This record gives sequence, structure tokens and C-alpha cells, in this order.
Amino acid sequence: MWWNKPKQLPEFWVRYLALMEAPRPKTLEEKTFVVLDTETTGFHPKKDRMISFGAIKVRNNSIILADSIEFYIAQDHYDAESAPIHGILQSETKNQLNELDALEKIIDYIANHYIVAHHAGFDVGMINQALKRHGMSRLKNKVFDTGYLHRKSLIHSPLVDVNKTYSLDELADKYDIPKKDRHTALGDAYITALLFLKISNHIKDKDKHLLYR
Amino acid sequence: MKNSLHERVADFLMRYPPFDRLKRIDLIALTQGVSVRYLEKDQLIFDQGDATHPVFYVVYKGAVAIEQKDPIELIDLCDEGDLFGLRPLVLGPVYRLQARAYEESIVYAIPIDLFMPLVHNNPEVADFIWASFQTNTRNPFSESDRGQLYAAAYTVRSATGVEEPHPLDLQPIAHRSKLVKCRPDTDIITLAKKMRDHKVGSIVVHDKIRPVGIITDKDLRNKICTAEVSLEATAAEIMVSPVYTCLENVTVTHAQMMLVRHRISHLCVTVDGTSQSKAIGVISKDDVLMAIGQNPTLLIKAIMRAENTAALKRIRVQITHLIQRYLDRKIPTNIIANLITELNDACIKQIIELQLKKRSEPPVAFAWLSLGSQGRSEQLLQTDQDNALLYQDPPEGSAQEVKEYFLSLGRAVTKSLKAIGYEYCPAEMMASNPKWCLSAHEWKQNIQHWIQNPGKEEVLLSSIFFDYNFTYGTKSLVESLSDEVFEQIHTHPVFLAHFALGALQSPPPTGFFRSFIVEQDGTNKDRFDLKRRALMPLIDAARVLILSHGVKDVNNTQRRYEKLAQLEPQNEELYLDCAIATKDLIKFRTKQGLAQNNSGRYIELSLLTKEEKIKLKSTFQAVKHIQELLKLRFNLNAML
Repeated sequence: MWWNKPKQLPEFWVRYLALMEAPRPKTLEEKTFVVLDTETTGFHPKKDRMISFGAIKVRNNSIILADSIEFYIAQDHYDAESAPIHGILQSETKNQLNELDALEKIIDYIANHYIVAHHAGFDVGMINQALKRHGMSRLKNKVFDTGYLHRKSLIHSPLVDVNKTYSLDELADKYDIPKKDRHTALGDAYITALLFLKISNHIKDKDKHLLYR
Repeated sequence: MKNSLHERVADFLMRYPPFDRLKRIDLIALTQGVSVRYLEKDQLIFDQGDATHPVFYVVYKGAVAIEQKDPIELIDLCDEGDLFGLRPLVLGPVYRLQARAYEESIVYAIPIDLFMPLVHNNPEVADFIWASFQTNTRNPFSESDRGQLYAAAYTVRSATGVEEPHPLDLQPIAHRSKLVKCRPDTDIITLAKKMRDHKVGSIVVHDKIRPVGIITDKDLRNKICTAEVSLEATAAEIMVSPVYTCLENVTVTHAQMMLVRHRISHLCVTVDGTSQSKAIGVISKDDVLMAIGQNPTLLIKAIMRAENTAALKRIRVQITHLIQRYLDRKIPTNIIANLITELNDACIKQIIELQLKKRSEPPVAFAWLSLGSQGRSEQLLQTDQDNALLYQDPPEGSAQEVKEYFLSLGRAVTKSLKAIGYEYCPAEMMASNPKWCLSAHEWKQNIQHWIQNPGKEEVLLSSIFFDYNFTYGTKSLVESLSDEVFEQIHTHPVFLAHFALGALQSPPPTGFFRSFIVEQDGTNKDRFDLKRRALMPLIDAARVLILSHGVKDVNNTQRRYEKLAQLEPQNEELYLDCAIATKDLIKFRTKQGLAQNNSGRYIELSLLTKEEKIKLKSTFQAVKHIQELLKLRFNLNAML
């Protein structure tokens, strides 16, 4: 079987690795950011699985609606406990992909772009775990966390708590972003994309280099 | 699968013309090509003379100013749902006007090649687009013309051959008073109550078909209050008849002439312009005056009539124009500041009232406080909002519930304030923050803590809080809080020394050779921080000195110095210098702010004339002297 022979990686992963070697755009205007969100069965990176994946692209301060994806991932077992949170019912899970097909879609979409997510460590961790289960290595893209960027945009004052973590809901309120379609992967990705646009313009000049890494 | 984002964009668009005329399926197809653009404040979307884009725009959030260049003149302010940049639809090769983000905004860019087929297949949409080019009203109150585009379709040519927009007085009257009607047999008390509830000064008496008369405040005063007509009378007995009527699109000049000629104060707008058809509106003398030029009294009225934040936001734009006009006419800054403070207060009050209407009665009495520059009546431009909420100690056991009520009120009000242009306070000193929304007892504890333990943070907090000004609610709550402040200061005099020390913390405005000290890094590199280096030291010093004299209710810095000059005749000259310096600096800041459409805090030195620089530097003398006085008076040399 193929996963016993480490040399035979899926074709999309080989494509991805080659792409990551190629040169990438240098200016902020040319860069493409993939803003993504995953809905999962829980918060344990090893035990839990992705239920759905949604992502949208941002380039030159614009969100490109035509270029968004969202799909569900088939589960070994349906977890009734987390369904109320995400509002995903089993009956809705018709157009599901199996995990490997889902990864192919994700990797092809992310390509060599920059990843943006809210509390990005978690979403990227979930994808990395899935990649690992299929014998691949971790994502190599640069990752931006909107929670971290927001903290960087705050003023320095004894009255501001720099270590506070901000939920997506809190930041959406703060930046006046309507919270429609919360808890669908694409809906959350879209809210995160708006947040990213607002925050990256609020960030102080001396911290702008964060976006140029 | 169904794409929720396309659905979301379609849901938004279908609320506005011309998209409301499109079939859902066409609208969804259109949204496939939409991109969502984020715009920083002042970012240009397109410039005059730029080649047209393959898209047109719809404002989703924020506001976009459509302006003519050289000199810059605001043609229209587009907000939520308004279309702009339609020029490429009529194959115009270049834009005739520039579009600039008036505030931080999000716009949808809609591809023309997807939209054009819809225009061809849908005459109503085509009509709308075409009408959009014909209209060029400039009045931001224009309710009937909202959602249309006022692209450069200038038709009036002046003698010089330069294209000019329509003269204002030949435009239709944009704002109309609310139409309130009653029947001829309605009794006086009922109609008077109706007028009160709708906050109107006139009521149209209407039979089944047409308006037959009008009753104004004046008629009630002259006929009812004098007991000439009894309270049991009907509308028909006191109405003025016949009514003078006009068409909906009557021009400002025409309306004004009718009012003067017939010596009346109200015109009734009817379907066909005659008194034989149904009434659809009322034009009052105030509406005419409002269209001719903004006047603060009318703006206050408009604020009090505003039924939502969108209306208030449009009034705010007019207030900004008013400040500009007053400054141009060299009206003294303190007079302007007082007026503007009144207008700002009225806006805040109206927002609070609108929010209160939406919820249950407040569980206990409360007071809304304005802090910082609004509290000191020194806010000419919109800056950050600083505010706090104070409520009566709740009855035993309901503390949590009461707090929740006021926090939710605080959140709603601060959100509305943001919507009309007051940015959130970066340090969250707002009534939406649990730390700034407290019961009378909690505030007293806070004040005791600040005054008894004057550390760096406590001094900073008290310096912001002690300029509070009552804005809305129960005033006695605020007065008892002020008593507490003075009582505490009296028993803990050492607080004043720390407070004075805090006032000396601002960095100096000039270096050794009297050169300006500019910012070293950040966005404002090489600019002069007018607020921190010149204005704050004066404001802080005035606060300390006035508190040390135990003077209540004088919040404005200039007035504080004038009061100090009275209290200490030996220092009169210095205090009056400080009063003048404060006034000059505020004026300076306002002019800068208007020129740059920001808070005016940072000054580009290269743009100042020699004369302005000398004037600015002379204010620094006052800063230096007042700081020396503080050091001596509070014996601060030992602490520095």
C-alpha cells in the first residue's frame, strides 16, 4: 500500500512542494492571502477532525467573492454533540469529500499563498494533523493570525491589557462587522477576511513589516 | 452547493434600487463577480481624469465622498446602498469627479459586463441608471434622491463658460416636515396630543379627498389659550383655510416666495400641486431656511427630529460645514465651541433617547457623562468618544441585573456614536466598558481610591474623569459625585501635588534653540504633536489649579483661566495669557483638522506660514510660565 512507501507522495503534494520553491510576489499589493476557517468536532488537534473547510482570497485590499470554496468532510462517525454548535446536520452532509480528497482541494487552493485565520494556530494545526495522517509533512506557508495582529494594532497604554485574547465575535463587534453566517466555515472565513483588511490598515507603520515577512 | 457569501451580498443589494427590481436568480448570478474592497479613510477610489474601471461601486459600509477638484467641493456623500462610479456604464472614458473614502469604508465592486445585460433586459433598471445621471442635487438631506448617483452632469453654464452646479436656491426643497393629519371633526385635545407625540408644529386638516385647512402652534395659542374658542371645539373651527399647496418638487425660491407673499408659515405638498388632491407633505419656514443655509437652531431641531443614526450622520456633515463657515468668518473660537458643544450634546442625547425607546424603562435613575474634550466644551471636530455612565445605587439583590441593563445601553449608545462618526476611545474609556459604567457608590469608591493613592495610573484616570460634564439623565447624581471629589481633595491635599506633577509630564514643545520638537517615528514622523506638546499642558494645569480652588462647574479650559485670573489678581496677566493661548491652539487645531479631515492633532510644519509659526511659538511661553507656577505652588521641585 502506498503509505508504506514514503517516496510515493500524492501528486498534489508534489506539486505543492515544487510551488513553494518558486519565487513569490514581493509587494503587499501583489500578494494573495488565503483566509480560511475550519469547523471541527472539537478542540483536540489529534483526537478531533475537520467537519468543514471554508476559504476566500484577499488581494490588493479586496475580497474576491468569485474565488471562494467551502465543503464538508466525511466523518468516520457522526458526532451529535458538536452539531448544535456548528449547525451542521447529518442530512446536510451529502456533498462530502473523504479526507484525502479534501486535502487535495485545500492544498491546491492554498498553493503558495499566505494563510490568514483567526487563532490560526488551531486551524493550521488541524490541517497539519490531517496531512500527517496521510504521510505528508506540515504546511510551509507563512501564517498570519488576526488575533495577534489585532493586539499589535493597539495603542501602548497602561490601560490596555496586551495579553488579552480576543474571540472572533468580540473583534467583529469591535470592528463593526456584521456577524451573519457565524459558525459556517465560509461565513467565519469571510468575517475573518474583513477583519484582516481592517486590522492590517490599522496596524501602526512600525509594525507593517509583520505583513511583509 | 449554495454559496452563503453570494447570498449575503445579494441580500444586501436587494434592499436598494435598482437591485430591488432584479430577479433573485439574476442578482445571485451578478454577485459571482463581485469583489469586496476595503478602503482606508481618505483613500481615493478613482481620481478625476482617471480611466474608468471595469466595475461600478455600491457602498456597503461607511461613506464615500464624491468631489469635484480644484477647488475641492463636496458634490455628494454616498452611504450604505448608494451607487457611485457609474460613468463607465455610459461608456465615459474617464471619471469626471473623484471618489474618496470619507471614512473607513467597505464597497462592493460590481463588474459592468455582468450588469449590462440586466440593464438591457430591464427597462426599470435602465430608467434608474439614466435618472442617476440627470440628477445633481447637492443637498445631503435629499431623501427622495437618495440611492442615486450625482455624477458630473453639469448643465448650467456661468458667464465665464465654466461649468457650475445648479445654484442652490433653484433646487427642489430636500427636507420636508413630517405630515401629520387629522379630520375636520377631530377635537382640539386629540389633535394637540397628536402634534405633541409627533413633535410637529403643524397639523393638516384633511377630509376624505383633500386638505381643507391647517392648524399651527400659533392657532392654538391665539384661539384656544385666549379662550376665544372652547376646548370642546373641533379642528374645523380653528383651522386656517384654505391651505396653500404646491408640487412636490417646488424649488427653494418658489417656496420662500409663497410663504412671504401669503404671510404663512406652512405649505402643504399635494399629489398634483392643487388643493383638490391628497396631501403628501408639509414644507415649513424652517425647512426653507434649512435649505438656504444651515443655522445652528435649525440643526438642533433637525437633530431632535432625527429618527435614526443615518439621519444624524447627515446632520453631522452639516455641522462640519458650519464650523468651516464660522471659522472663515473669524467668529471667536469659544463661541463656536459652545455652539458645537450644544450640537454634539444634542446628538448624544438624541441617540440615548432613541436607544431608550427601544428598551424597557431604566430600572433606576442614571446620568450619562461626557469626558475629555467634549466634557470641557472644547471639541470642535469629532475626536474619540470618551464617556461614562453613572446610575443610582440599585436596590438590594438587583445589582447584577441593573448593571447589565446599563451596560447594554452603554454598548448600544457607543455603537451609534461610532456610526455617526465618533471613533471608539482606544483605551476603552466608554460607558460600554464595565469599568466606566458604575453605580454612584462604585464611582465614589473609585474616586476615593484615585485621590487617596495617587499613582501614575490613578492620576491619568482622574485627569480624564474630572472633566466630566453632565449630558443626559438625572443631574443630581452628578452633583453628589462632584461633592465627593471636592470633599476628598480637601481631606487629602497631597493628591493635588501628584496631580500637578502629572500636568508637568507632557514633553516640551521646543528644543534648546527654540526649534519645534517633532515626532521621531511612526505615522506622524516629522510632524508636530499640537495636542500633547502644547494643548495638554495648558488643559492639565488649568484643571489642577481650579480644583485647588474648589471651583465647581467650570470645565472649559479658557473659562477656567479667566476664573483663575479673577481669583488671583496677582497672576491675572499670566492666566489671561494662558486663556488666549488655549483659544489660539484650539483654533489652530480645528483649522488643521478641517483641512485634513482628521482630528488636527499633528501639524505638518512645512505647511505653516512664518506668521503662524511665530504665533504658535508665542503660545509656548504661556505653557512654560504656567508650568513654573505649578512647580512653585505645589513644591514640585523636590519631587521632580
